[in-house]
Amino acid sequence: MNHNPLRSLLILPVLLGAVLLGSGCSRGNKAAITLAGSTSVEPFAERLAELYMGVHPDAKISVQGGGSSAGIRAVTSRICAIGMSSRELTPEEKVLVEIPIALDAIALIVNRHNPVRELTMEQARGIFAGRIRNWREVGGPNRRITPITREEGSGTRASFEEKVMAAGMPKDKNGKTNPDAFAADALVQDSNGAVREIVASDPAAIGYISSGLVDERVAAILMGGIAPTEAAVRSGRYPVVRKFLFLTNGEATGTAQAFINYVLSDSGQNALVEEGLTRIE
Amino acid sequence: MREKLIEKGLLLVAFSAVAMIFLIAYLIFREGVPLVAKVGVWDFIASTRWAPSKGQFGILPMIVGSIEVTLLAVVIGATLGLSCAMFLAEFAPRWSVRILKPMIELLAGIPSVVYGFIGVVVLVPFIRRTFGGPGFSVLASAIILGIMILPTVIAISLDALNAVPPLYKEGSLALGATRWQTLYRVQLPAARSGIIAAFILGMGRAIGETMAVIMVAGNALTMPTSLLQPVRTLTSNIALEMGYASGDHQAALFATGMVLFVIIAILNTIALVIARPRT
Repeated sequence: MNHNPLRSLLILPVLLGAVLLGSGCSRGNKAAITLAGSTSVEPFAERLAELYMGVHPDAKISVQGGGSSAGIRAVTSRICAIGMSSRELTPEEKVLVEIPIALDAIALIVNRHNPVRELTMEQARGIFAGRIRNWREVGGPNRRITPITREEGSGTRASFEEKVMAAGMPKDKNGKTNPDAFAADALVQDSNGAVREIVASDPAAIGYISSGLVDERVAAILMGGIAPTEAAVRSGRYPVVRKFLFLTNGEATGTAQAFINYVLSDSGQNALVEEGLTRIE
Repeated sequence: MREKLIEKGLLLVAFSAVAMIFLIAYLIFREGVPLVAKVGVWDFIASTRWAPSKGQFGILPMIVGSIEVTLLAVVIGATLGLSCAMFLAEFAPRWSVRILKPMIELLAGIPSVVYGFIGVVVLVPFIRRTFGGPGFSVLASAIILGIMILPTVIAISLDALNAVPPLYKEGSLALGATRWQTLYRVQLPAARSGIIAAFILGMGRAIGETMAVIMVAGNALTMPTSLLQPVRTLTSNIALEMGYASGDHQAALFATGMVLFVIIAILNTIALVIARPRT
């Protein structure tokens, strides 16, 4: 075997790799936390994290989406420090600590070229259940309606189901109201942003997103004559409202606790109001 | 002595690669089989109701959706791909092949989410404006997938065509056939097994593609009866719901993976059998 001196240098990258690998192993950096869950809460949590890290440069907060149910699963299995949800917890999920951080309206949105701007709860339910199929049935042009809904684990979908699809439905013998089913041929998208994009480009589409995410390319529908403004949400006149929740597994500590305190403080709540949410009382 | 050590080392690594595949198959089947047993094989595969919150796990619309989208994608990809391979093998000037072949291989490196993005921004509005419907459709998925499998189909078909012994081509031309006649009646049949393998591998890629399809297919839970209707494939179903599924719902997603696994295993076996070189 030839003893090429160059060959002995090969040991160097191996050693270097081992050193890097060893130092990469986290020793449980207490200043870094992750938030995961609702895509409705996500952009607001990102903004809050940005502001918080601006004041506390040693903290590291990362925010992910995935949907409310995914976030609840993640925080229950301690994959992330704080879960984000845009729906109420089921009885099995109530073991988590719930911290409401804001009120949010769900806005029904249509393309800005769509002349229809007002709907009753009945009409909204009929459209998303697939019974009302043409815009002219609700005062619009002669065009087939394309309803867009969210995936089953979405908190926005769950809140929408509870507030709109269950409204006016008969109660069964246990006193529970079964919400009307979504149309089988409704398009399904996996985030608020995706729904907004489709509605913005398709004149026949209708969807529902967090009202804080409505921009100038889509128009929010007046439900029963009421627009989803902050005043209407606070007074309770706008009918489709839900709480944004931060969830922790047990009492929050360290960076998580500090961040939550920031979000509930005046500066945190003011930041949320600026972004289009309503403060939690 | 050292050589024996190296030999054993390589054997170990080779076996671990194979073992990995068996491990994945085992995990998928272990989670999926109990659920299929619970729901009933027929109810699982043939029912059209997918409502996990109500305990209903029928995946027929998604099986039909996957098959429809894949078949149409293969028709598009095979037609374009084989034509391109024929052109590159016989009619393109040498210098252009040296440029085109790497560029086509580059297509294979583009992430599928980029294809999906282009599909959403360009293709879907185009289909909506030109053909009607929501735009998110079987057609949109098939076109995007067809483009995605082009590099696979072209590369393997090209290799198959180039592997035809030059004697066949020379003999045919010597007998007075034109270049097209030679290509169509001699080279293509000779390369047939390789070309069919190319199509089937393209089909395998198309049926497994997830990200691009989620973005352009619409993901509605209906049986797609027209090319312009939205559709949900088996892979999209898994990807959309796995983030929050638990218990039976999660097992149902594993069972969906099982069905996919079986379909792809069958396709690959057919490819191996057909592509066996004729002696």
